[in-house]
Amino acid sequence: MKVYLNSPINPEEVKKLRIGDEVYITGVIYTGRDAAHKRLCELLDKRESLPIDVKNGVIYYVGPTPAKPGRAIGSAGPTSSYRMDPYSEQLLKEGLKVMIGKGPRSKEFKQSLPKYGAVYLSAIGGAAAQISESVKKCEVVAYEDLGAEAIHRLEVENFYAIVTYDSKGNDLFEQGIEQYKK
Amino acid sequence: MRKIDLQLVTDKIKELFIDACENIPENVLNALKKAAEEEQSPLSKEVINKIVENAYLGREKHLPICQDTGVAVVYLTIGSEVYFEGDIYEAVNEGVRLAYTQGYLRKSVVRHPLDRVNTKDNTPAIVHIKMVPGDVFKIDVAPKGGGSENMSLVKMLIPADGIEGIKKLVVDTVFNAGGKPCPPLVVGVGIGGNFEKCALLAKEALFREIDDESSDPIANKLEKELLTLINNTGVGAMGFGGTKTCLAVKVNVHPCHIASLPVAINIQCHAARHKSCTL
Repeated sequence: MKVYLNSPINPEEVKKLRIGDEVYITGVIYTGRDAAHKRLCELLDKRESLPIDVKNGVIYYVGPTPAKPGRAIGSAGPTSSYRMDPYSEQLLKEGLKVMIGKGPRSKEFKQSLPKYGAVYLSAIGGAAAQISESVKKCEVVAYEDLGAEAIHRLEVENFYAIVTYDSKGNDLFEQGIEQYKK
Repeated sequence: MRKIDLQLVTDKIKELFIDACENIPENVLNALKKAAEEEQSPLSKEVINKIVENAYLGREKHLPICQDTGVAVVYLTIGSEVYFEGDIYEAVNEGVRLAYTQGYLRKSVVRHPLDRVNTKDNTPAIVHIKMVPGDVFKIDVAPKGGGSENMSLVKMLIPADGIEGIKKLVVDTVFNAGGKPCPPLVVGVGIGGNFEKCALLAKEALFREIDDESSDPIANKLEKELLTLINNTGVGAMGFGGTKTCLAVKVNVHPCHIASLPVAINIQCHAARHKSCTL
């Protein structure tokens, strides 16, 4: 099913998503990779406030190439999500609803999603030029020293991703692979 | 003796890396199109079609097809009848520096594996030099992404494990990686040599053209069998389930110790980027 969502996200809409749904997101999303996640969680450990508002938010695991002149962002495909597993639950506790990356994640992460009514989406790894076309605006909002790994605020239009783990505990990888395994 | 101008080497390295990141080789594109046609899962088919569209977009608009423009891997084949004045490694690194800083490519190299400070120009490159007779000077480059490299491994099997042991190791490695290395993949397998040689064999296997076949009859048969076995895992494009997990398997072999059966598996994502030129 094709689903069109605005971000920040309505939590009720997130709960309706099911694995295999093709989602088109319009609105504000934030980027973050390993180094940024580490810093966000260090702030939470110290009970300090975050530089971005993650409540009902979307985080996209990406480190883009530098933007060419006239473009909002460089090529911007997803990075492997499992590296963010150790940090995700702390952000879910703060109200994060959608994470976008690629590839399978830990059992613990998958099992935490129903508790927080959150979902994990996959963007297409390596389709980075195409994904950059849906980014209309991009600015660094935190950790500029991290370069490509800094937190960027993106304004996106019809950003395409596929629901991979839903808030009911379903796993697209598990079900899809089971179907085609010989 | 033929003189090679190191400035020309620098210029070519720069050109080849930018081109590799924006222009997927034609035979890789053809392999992806064929995979899209044959894929039985509608979702994986759609994913591969988007990967093909992305490749065309990269070409038309001169954009890197993937944001992970990799670590710069360079193979130089140098004839014994050529010479150059100066530092060949520095000439290569300068080309990489210019490609990544002027070509809008991502800098993905840190200066130390534990302090993790970015070198900000994607140097140093990983350079391999092969000496041959004659006056040839050939450059092969590949920007190698981290996601697929992370799923690679070296394993010292024993002779008793044999070909079945190798097959199990390769299939398990690909299956356990699932969608992480961005399938459909090219899988490079190095068999024989010793601990470090088999890793180099696997890397060199990935530098072969996607549509060539091994001239070694045993390796040739194994390439075909592994391709079928990997596609039977059901992993599919990006791990969503499907019949096209792998575009090609390349097996390179080398003599080894009587006690050993070293095996290396180097995983390549669908963005099988490499370019070459001869000076």
